[in-house]
Amino acid sequence: MPRAKPKIIRPTLAKAPTGIQGLDEVAGGGLPKGRVTLVCGSAGSGKSLLAMEFLVHGAVRYGEPGVCMDFEETEEKLAANVASLGFDLRELAKRKKLLVDHVSVERSQIAETGEYNLDGLFIRLAHAVKAIKAKRVVLDSIEALFSGLTDSTMLRAELRRLFQWLEDHKLTAVVTGEAGEHTLTRHGLEEYVADCVIALDHRVTEQISTRRLRIVKYRGTSHGTDEYPFLIDREGISVVPITSLALAHKASTDRVSTGIVALDEMMEGKGFFRGSSVLVTGTAGTGKSSLAASFASATCARGESCLYFAFEESPSQILRNMRSVGIDLERWVKKRLLHFHAMRPTSVGLEGHLAVIHQMVAQLRPSVVIIDPITNLVSASGIYGVKSMLMRLVDFLKVEQITSMFTNLTFAGDPQERTAAAVSSLMDTWIVLRDSKPNGRQRRELHVLKSRGMAHSREARELIVSSRGIELGIELKDHTLATTVAGASAVAAAE
Amino acid sequence: MKKSSATKRRPAKSSRSDFWRLRLYIAGQTTNSIAAIANLKKICEDQLQGKYRIEVIDLLKKPQLAKGDQIIAIPTLVRRLPPPVKKIIGNLSKTESVIVGLDLQPVR
Repeated sequence: MPRAKPKIIRPTLAKAPTGIQGLDEVAGGGLPKGRVTLVCGSAGSGKSLLAMEFLVHGAVRYGEPGVCMDFEETEEKLAANVASLGFDLRELAKRKKLLVDHVSVERSQIAETGEYNLDGLFIRLAHAVKAIKAKRVVLDSIEALFSGLTDSTMLRAELRRLFQWLEDHKLTAVVTGEAGEHTLTRHGLEEYVADCVIALDHRVTEQISTRRLRIVKYRGTSHGTDEYPFLIDREGISVVPITSLALAHKASTDRVSTGIVALDEMMEGKGFFRGSSVLVTGTAGTGKSSLAASFASATCARGESCLYFAFEESPSQILRNMRSVGIDLERWVKKRLLHFHAMRPTSVGLEGHLAVIHQMVAQLRPSVVIIDPITNLVSASGIYGVKSMLMRLVDFLKVEQITSMFTNLTFAGDPQERTAAAVSSLMDTWIVLRDSKPNGRQRRELHVLKSRGMAHSREARELIVSSRGIELGIELKDHTLATTVAGASAVAAAE
Repeated sequence: MKKSSATKRRPAKSSRSDFWRLRLYIAGQTTNSIAAIANLKKICEDQLQGKYRIEVIDLLKKPQLAKGDQIIAIPTLVRRLPPPVKKIIGNLSKTESVIVGLDLQPVR
């Protein structure tokens, strides 16, 4: 007789969306509904903000009133803090959507004279929950109790009871905890929270601040164990998800012009695949930005929009330079088809840049994104960081069917060339530009080193940049590329 | 002189003779609550005979009062008078701690 297979029952966990951009995505829809989630991190890591956003969005967007037991800030201070993010706590309180109870624990005022428990806290919480029919609760940060009360055995038992109480009352709760030295939280709160633990991290390396979020555990939900970069700006927290679709994106057969007729010709006469990623590397002054500008201009000429991230030059400088080589970008800016965003590479850190790019892409929905150049990011963050950032970015853009172009400055023979090789594996097309001086005449060479999915030309051509624009000369028989990028070619071929 | 009259009116420890208003917060008739009430009455009778008033607040009945005195632990005893306000927690079984916490003068 065939044995009956044990049935695996997987109840779908109900979720309480946080309303925080990106977080719900990486948490499979939100925090576990009716359960306790621990959010831990060092001071200034953004845990209080995350908790408050969860509460405010819950009240405003999801019809779930919330109570905040705040052990650190007074009602007034908290209201002032979140007002800068556009949340009006007083108004929400008036409408009975949100209630803040400041719990002050000051050891100097409290002497202990025998047995006690935390019924006072329970009663306050229950009273507040009842008053506005709350569905969400924030305890920020409950660890303050440990500094105020000495009986830690009692305290631990009471915390266990408190978390159980929250679950019994089907409240979705966020509890914050200060990061410990070797533990997630200083007082081991993670022991009591079985369902969901989120760790926030704020690192500053070489004066660049980077914020990361990690889902340490999430019972019953598959989640990425990766660290997700996040950003805190005037709109609050936004988390950049590493797209879960990764390699499942649709490969388009649609083609887009490079903006240079001869270059299109080298690529089956059609140009890049829509939604593909293009890397343009070259030494200084070889015309990388000009190539990017041609591509941008061709995009706008089709009536599509282009988002141009400039990490080196200001937009006005780019406009002027391109005008001198016959590419009029200004008209596209005026028609609002071309959008520039200039940033200093070191201003916000790699993850910050990624978050900004995500935000702007979501806002403008361009069909082409240009990043010119990624070199400066490499110098600011190191190869590994840039590669993982680019991987996420490229995946994200592919899913959105956005064609991307990245330029990278290389220096002949130095480690930067290896950087290009490392990054190139993420790219569908790799165009190499190079200066050469055969027979005493200075010239620029262009070579399509690889272009996935098409029979591209393997010739080296001369790149001619003049006031009439960019043109390609005839095939170069004596080109220097073959030898100097042999190593890089091997990388491309090995893929 | 203002200064001297002020010093005269407040000789050392004279505040001990002021009237004592104590407020005990409990939550239902738990063992600790019952013990706290009994312990407090005994200590007051011993130390403050005729000079005190105890108000017992059951937060199960009046939960809205917990916030005002920042009550977290139960039982909590608040010395409302004489100033400054003092707060002690626990079932008041450690008489010495109660006396120190309330700043009472021990009687031999």
